[in-house]
Amino acid sequence: MNKQKGLSKQAVRFCLSDFLRQNRTPTMATKNAISGYLFILPFVVGFIMFLAYPLYQAVRMAFSEVWLVPEESRFGWAWSGLANIRRVLLTDAVFTRAMVEEIGSMALLVPAILVFSLFVAILLNRQFAGRGFVRAVFFLPVILASGVLVGIETNNSLLDAVSQQIQDQNAMRAGVTGVIERMLENFVGGAGMDEFFEYILEIINQIYKIAMASGIQILIFLAGLQTINPSIYEAASIEGATAWENFWKITFPMISPMILVVVVYSIIDFMVRTDSNVMDMVYTQMTLHSRYALGSAMALIYFSAVAVILGIVAFIISRLVYYYD
Amino acid sequence: MTKGRLAKYLARNRATDNNYLLKRDVSRAATGIFTTVLLFGLCFLILQPLLHQFSNSIMSRSDLFDPTVIAIPRNPTLDTYRLAARLMNYWGSLFNTAWITTLVSVLQIVACTLVAYGFARFEFPLKRFWFACVILTVLVPPQVIRAPMFLNFHFFDLFGLLPNTIMLTNRVEGYALLSATAMGLRNGLYIFMLRQYFRNMPKELEESAWVDGCGKLRTFVQIMLPDAVPMLVSCFLFAFVWQWTDGFYTTMFLREQGVMAVQMSALGETFSVDYVRQTSMATGTQGFRPDIALVEAMISTGVLIGIAPIIGIYLVAQRFFVESIGQSGIKM
Repeated sequence: MNKQKGLSKQAVRFCLSDFLRQNRTPTMATKNAISGYLFILPFVVGFIMFLAYPLYQAVRMAFSEVWLVPEESRFGWAWSGLANIRRVLLTDAVFTRAMVEEIGSMALLVPAILVFSLFVAILLNRQFAGRGFVRAVFFLPVILASGVLVGIETNNSLLDAVSQQIQDQNAMRAGVTGVIERMLENFVGGAGMDEFFEYILEIINQIYKIAMASGIQILIFLAGLQTINPSIYEAASIEGATAWENFWKITFPMISPMILVVVVYSIIDFMVRTDSNVMDMVYTQMTLHSRYALGSAMALIYFSAVAVILGIVAFIISRLVYYYD
Repeated sequence: MTKGRLAKYLARNRATDNNYLLKRDVSRAATGIFTTVLLFGLCFLILQPLLHQFSNSIMSRSDLFDPTVIAIPRNPTLDTYRLAARLMNYWGSLFNTAWITTLVSVLQIVACTLVAYGFARFEFPLKRFWFACVILTVLVPPQVIRAPMFLNFHFFDLFGLLPNTIMLTNRVEGYALLSATAMGLRNGLYIFMLRQYFRNMPKELEESAWVDGCGKLRTFVQIMLPDAVPMLVSCFLFAFVWQWTDGFYTTMFLREQGVMAVQMSALGETFSVDYVRQTSMATGTQGFRPDIALVEAMISTGVLIGIAPIIGIYLVAQRFFVESIGQSGIKM
């Protein structure tokens, strides 16, 4: 990293000196810098036009009133201070609750996805009969859980009502996990344990959701596992390390940089999935009611909340990550 | 024969400390059985909805209402497929989706490859800043900038450079523009993966090309690209299948182009409307809304035929998906 920084400083210096001595033929570093910029030009243009500028507009819209002027085919806006934000946070009856619920289920699912994908990746990294088939199936969610396919059945209002009814019935009747829950309650008891078991059972109930959300994460962990030098394990087994020790003393530290990647990816992925309630509300505001400013304010509030969580989590994990080289 | 081998094995076991051999083999076999059961069980968990959709899709109406029929239909029929294909305008949609998806994926990958090579091999001022911007495109969900994006494209004037505004929403051109500037669906991720890949390629090739008087662009096209083909294919395939099912950019740019993602998500409503019309014509009354089981079977069928092409691609080119991230040598 330091080396890179030094080089680019050098490049700046070269460019400047070239610029001052105009008639000279450009140096190698200048040529390099120019071709580099030519290569990344599409991104620079796209980033400014389609991300940086709209992002600035989105922030501005959250504090403005936006209306359409169809006759002149343009849109107008005027500063309105904190009106939108206040409306979303204080007046809107559902948004804050939906957002808190969304973040709550994120806090539940992301650790589960992390553990599940690491576990599956370790299993898939071993040799066994039918590995090709199993791998193909585990990465199928990369397709099956993408875009409109997520929650396509619940998008239909009619189906949604019925599935809600079925869920309620199940909750009443208390299926398999309900029985286990009661058994455990009798068996263990204690207030703290109850909550712990509830968390575990909640995860077991959502195992399908978790498996469907783990496709790319398994790929990332597998890639990480394959970079670990097998001779480390050999040395450890000669020293008499058990598989359990191998995992905690070798695999886990070596793969810890990937944990950061996976957590960040999972949080972002969870946030933007198609059947997210909050994103749905933003979409409804914008398309059905043409309330662009309000929708922008909602999206921005939600994104800032997630960004803060992301920042904290990334900071904590990056403290714990172990870099081998 | 087997008896002799067993005896020999036991004799060997007795020679080890504390039955070490037997313990080791038993624990190995137990782990093997445990992992196999677990993995195939999880496989079933993932495949079950697909199987359920499939069995729903070939059931006739009498099977759907028969509580004794659960997975295997008594009177299998392809009627649902025929109806779904008609309601979705299947072949037309397939053609539209195929060319639009191919076009934007190719544009995206070309743009991303150029950008990734620029980041991997050149030193220029503000390089770290621009790469941070790439990471930013991965982190900022496009939903956040949905309103300004929509309005900008609806009244597109290139920062006021064009005399009149052009409407680019609901048009392929708008999305093609985004794709060509590496701002399409998950493009930051492709730039990141390709950059890692180019960085891991040996520098000596380019250096010798340079010594032989080969220009930068030619080195890139003739020397680097041929070696990067597997990675390019991986990225292209990801771009293709994700684009096929994408909802966000599709609703903004392709809502009226009759692409598969729109047809699949609209099928429930299309079917209900069609059903009401059919029943009203048949009975001369207002018509009935379809039963929930019929709608579910219809959506299952629609999803199955809608994603059949990309499932096919996945099965044929599975290697490219599985190896993609490993190949890029991803490291943080």
